[in-house]
Amino acid sequence: MFVAWRDLRFAKGRFALMGTVIVLITLLVGLLSGLTAGLGQQNVSAITGLSADGIAFDEPGDGEDLSYSNSTVTRDQWRRWAEAPGVTGAEPLGIATTKATAGKASAGVSAFGVQPGSSLAPGGTRIGDDAAVLSTAAAEELGTRRGDTLSLAGHELTVSAVRGEASFSHTPVVYTSLRTWQRIAPPAAEKTDAPTATVVALRTDSGADVQAVDQQAGTRTVSRDDSLSAIGSYTSENGSLQLMRGFLFAISALVIGAFFTVWTIQRSGDVAVLKALGASTGNLLRDALGQAVVLLTGGTLIGTTLAAAVGAAVSGSAVPFSLTPATVLVPAAVMIALGALGAALSIRRITSVDPLTALGSAR
Amino acid sequence: MSLHLNDVTLTYPDGDGRLTALDRVSMHVPEGSLTAVVGPSGSGKSSLLAVAATLITPDSGTVTVDGTTTAGMGRGALTELRRHKIGIVFQQPNLLPSLTAAEQLQVMAQLDGRSPGKARPRARELLDAVGLVDQADRRPHQLSGGQRQRVNIARALVNEPTVLLIDEPTSALDHERGAAVIDLITRLTHRQATATVLVTHDRAHLGAVDRIVEVQDGCLGAPRPGRLTAPRRPPGLPPPGSGPAQPRGPRAEVL
Repeated sequence: MFVAWRDLRFAKGRFALMGTVIVLITLLVGLLSGLTAGLGQQNVSAITGLSADGIAFDEPGDGEDLSYSNSTVTRDQWRRWAEAPGVTGAEPLGIATTKATAGKASAGVSAFGVQPGSSLAPGGTRIGDDAAVLSTAAAEELGTRRGDTLSLAGHELTVSAVRGEASFSHTPVVYTSLRTWQRIAPPAAEKTDAPTATVVALRTDSGADVQAVDQQAGTRTVSRDDSLSAIGSYTSENGSLQLMRGFLFAISALVIGAFFTVWTIQRSGDVAVLKALGASTGNLLRDALGQAVVLLTGGTLIGTTLAAAVGAAVSGSAVPFSLTPATVLVPAAVMIALGALGAALSIRRITSVDPLTALGSAR
Repeated sequence: MSLHLNDVTLTYPDGDGRLTALDRVSMHVPEGSLTAVVGPSGSGKSSLLAVAATLITPDSGTVTVDGTTTAGMGRGALTELRRHKIGIVFQQPNLLPSLTAAEQLQVMAQLDGRSPGKARPRARELLDAVGLVDQADRRPHQLSGGQRQRVNIARALVNEPTVLLIDEPTSALDHERGAAVIDLITRLTHRQATATVLVTHDRAHLGAVDRIVEVQDGCLGAPRPGRLTAPRRPPGLPPPGSGPAQPRGPRAEVL
């Protein structure tokens, strides 16, 4: 790094320009990561917060994918799961998007129907046919507190508690009893047995034969995390944002690679001299890669700090920004890794520089 | 402690055939002696230097540096040999633009896996020997052409090479500075006891060399002794004899 450090200081204009590009790309990636995670949480936090390891959906028709909005399970299906060996918990969960009003305030909410006392809802013991537990966002949008009343699709309910940050498909969650939810939920006319819920949330142990029970009950079970793809808005939204993020990573690797390609070409005369003087190719490659990593790390550190500062400033506002180690440090690490890869590919040409060109060369 | 080229032939691709750059050249340069290789452009001088520097492998013949024959050595071993045994003074100074004069010398320690910081006293000692210790912290663009060439020479001596190969060191210098550089090389050769080969097309400053060899169409002519006139002392250099005296080696023998 002896020459590399001095090059960084000597050609500070060029490296500052490249460093600024890295800072800006990292800032953009950091903001996009925070936004992706924030939007994702608005979509799925009510599902990822469920105390369940699997979700049983009604078996979809041919060519159809699992969907929270299309699934309806019957009492019979629920019973088969509840009685199956190795299943330690099978709780019906109804999900419907509807309108809630309290006084003059109204909001679109996701009504989650659970059995009173269920562990699926925060404060499950406070849920009843006339009582609801509201997520913090729902309570804020409706301007309600514990003890207030609200109307959920025309049904008067009392707010028994305000708990958690659960959100589903960008709407805040209102937990109520399964019986109340069944009055709200749209009917599923094709079912011979009356619909009981949207899905069955399962807790299983190693003795459960999920495939066999699925076959008997006419359901399809996936893990809780895999069930997120059954939320239509999450799949399309998250896919688009992840694609943008991926492109940004690729662009950063290409930009860094292009810079170090030009830089390596510019200093190929120096490399030839050093090789003629007895520098090993490995030594020169380490020096050049070290220089790239210093530049990348410095730029990424500044960009990540700026992204975290912006994220901290907007979190809590209307912008759904998630500021966690995963949204800050992981993109930074990927930036450095991909940038170093781009630089490594571009400095490979050091290996092909002929030291003979140092003899008689006028630079 | 010498350089020995034995029956070296080097050819380059030339259309459908091959061009002979060196034709069965043999040459022995003992330690502490300075041999000037002269000849017109395209005669094979630079090829001779490149082969001696282990930068080109000859088609046939052997190169022996300080008792080590390079035939069959891998690229890594040749690089290491060059680092430890051979000093190269380039035609153009080829100094690294981001390094100061002292750092140009310190980098040689870094290439050898040693601490560049610990090499600073040695760098200053050599810069002192070439009269540039006051310019140690200047970068190449802050030095004159002659000063850059002297840094180039000092850099070649950092790792105490046994063979010093010098390529047209005066081509970019005026007459007076050219004479000073040749004088410096002569004195350093005797003082450091290196086997020095000086390639040049300029015969104006060869009064103090030990032996002059002419290359013509890739063949070495008969050696002639240098005139051994008293060299002029370049400004800023310590007077001759002020450094530790080294015994002069025997006359160069060209086989």
